Amino acid sequence: MIKKTLTTTVPAALVALALASAASAEIRIGASVSATGPAAFLGDPEAKTLEMLVEDLNAKGGINGEEVALVLYDDGGDANKARTFATRLIEDDEVQAIIGGSTTGTSMAILSVAEDAEIPFISLAGAIDIIDPVKPYTFKTPHTDRMACQKIFEDMQKRGIAKIGMISGTDGFGASMQAQCKEVAGDYGIEIAADETYDPKDADMTAQLTKIKNAEGVQAVLNPGFGQGPSIVTRNYKQLAIDLPLYQSHGVASDGFIELAGKDAAEGVRLPGTALLVAELLPEGDAQKPVVTAYKAAFEERTKTPVGTFGGYAHDAFLILTDAITRAGSTEPEAIRDAIEATKGLAGTTGVYAFTPEDHLGLDLSAFRMLEIKGGEWTLVE
Amino acid sequence: MPKLSAKSATLLVLAALIAVTPFFFPSGYYYRVGALIFVNGLAVTGIVILTGYAGQISLGHAGFAGIGGYACALAPTHLGLHPSLAVVLGAAISAVLAWLVGRPILRLKGYYLAVATLGFGILVAMVLNNERALTGGPDGIAVPDLGLRGLLKDWGLELTNGQFWYFFCGLVLLAGAWIALNLHQSPTGRALRALHGSEIAARTVGVDVARLKLQAFVISAVYASVAGSLVALQNKFITPDVAGFMHSIEMVTMAVLGGAGSVLGAIFGAGVLTLLPQALTVLAEYEQLVLGLVMMLVMIFLRDGLLPSILRKLRGTGE
Repeated sequence: MIKKTLTTTVPAALVALALASAASAEIRIGASVSATGPAAFLGDPEAKTLEMLVEDLNAKGGINGEEVALVLYDDGGDANKARTFATRLIEDDEVQAIIGGSTTGTSMAILSVAEDAEIPFISLAGAIDIIDPVKPYTFKTPHTDRMACQKIFEDMQKRGIAKIGMISGTDGFGASMQAQCKEVAGDYGIEIAADETYDPKDADMTAQLTKIKNAEGVQAVLNPGFGQGPSIVTRNYKQLAIDLPLYQSHGVASDGFIELAGKDAAEGVRLPGTALLVAELLPEGDAQKPVVTAYKAAFEERTKTPVGTFGGYAHDAFLILTDAITRAGSTEPEAIRDAIEATKGLAGTTGVYAFTPEDHLGLDLSAFRMLEIKGGEWTLVE
Repeated sequence: MPKLSAKSATLLVLAALIAVTPFFFPSGYYYRVGALIFVNGLAVTGIVILTGYAGQISLGHAGFAGIGGYACALAPTHLGLHPSLAVVLGAAISAVLAWLVGRPILRLKGYYLAVATLGFGILVAMVLNNERALTGGPDGIAVPDLGLRGLLKDWGLELTNGQFWYFFCGLVLLAGAWIALNLHQSPTGRALRALHGSEIAARTVGVDVARLKLQAFVISAVYASVAGSLVALQNKFITPDVAGFMHSIEMVTMAVLGGAGSVLGAIFGAGVLTLLPQALTVLAEYEQLVLGLVMMLVMIFLRDGLLPSILRKLRGTGE
């Protein structure tokens, strides 16, 4: 009799145990961002955004009833460390997907580990090399410099501008965008008549701007740059009374730029920015409006700091990943990857994502909004 | 039973540690950490020769690591060299540069080498950051595969990427330690230690002080260069961080923390400083604080470095 109960109850208990552990098997998402170090301006809002989103998601019951665990590491912007953390996330923490790589260097380091282990990876860095050529498990959320150039040239074309002057910072951001813009300018019938550069630490750019001003037939000026350089360019531009349209890059798409350049000097400056910057201005019915306003409110409430484009990249990566896991109904990396690649019409803060096997960026030019500064405020051009 | 020499004992301990610890690894990630310890250990062994034996300080050894690393990225694509030969080329360039920098400086006594190497290291990092067309700038550059793992596979020895680099770096470290230990007991090594003790005394007994210091500097530069190459080949990607000032400081700190006078001590220091940040990720923002505290405590209470101090305590021969 006892023997019989044993033979029936033991297997039953085992089955129950197996089921219990299957049900509590949480979804594990790994992240390695540069929360400290020289790239902290990228990684810090990214880390805060991810922590916030995971808490919110779990408070709402997780994905398909399963809790989500976030394993977050700070690589300090060092590619060697990022590779170690990527290995740790995959081999030791056994995550099902990785978000991260605040910089191109760290993203490239994580990418090779993730591809080897066949774990989906969503990068938060700008360079096109990350997804071109397309690698099966690697995706990214930020638009590329090339797209910013295209957006600007598209707007110039509409205004009948065919000959421009460029003044670029020699920092990583400025130099990369300068090269990309020169490559695509021809596609829009735009000729670059003057090409000047400045060091990001320079305090005065009037010499370069005077050269551009004196160049034959220049109809507009473009300033790819990051940090304080573009605000100095904008102020010098006003001082020299150059009466041509001035275009800035998405690198300075923040309220800080208007403050630094001054309301007067910034008047009429155009630049491509994300919907996040003009959340209130978006028309009702805009696909991005709900997600942008919700993220802005939640982030500013939690951190008491203004929301920025970079945190938005992390927000979108998390959104794409959780959306894919929900649709896949599985935590198998292979299934998650397939679901990410099948993402269609998913509205994030940076744009509306639609991935294909040939396109692992999933954004087009509509992700950028052409903005103009009027009276010290951002306005939508279109 | 014949007593083992200090050299054989060190090499045996090292070999045993490299061979046995993988049996206790809970996951593949620990192979990666092990490989990093060995690479750092190799660079720090070079510091032992320079600082521990000859008593000179370099604050720019990461510059040599950068040269070794970027040689592996650039030589195969631009010169068509096999990556293994690129390691040799990088080491040769590092040796020549060290000779050029060290020759005028090491005739002088005092802190001149520290200042000169500081400048040298920063210079290398600047070149790597700014020569975007060649080095890829701050975004880094891809490094071709060494190809040895594939070769081993053909011979029937299949290793994961992590396992391969763990054992490969372990073997290179053993070789590096063997050379450093041999040097320690050679006439050159004795002369180096003599000049460490007192340059004037060494000179009076006929030691060519300037030439020996230069030798030590060149050898240690080659160690750093090979370590840089191993990082690049292992990661298949390299950024200018490898040549950064903080990396130079890290090397010196590892050597001093573990005990700059002994090869095993320095490798132990490399192990501690590679493991600590991994172990401290749970503390997140306090990581730097704890790291600094550990180093201060070691410097105050264990001035010869961790390992020598601990060994002396064990033998009961404390002061």
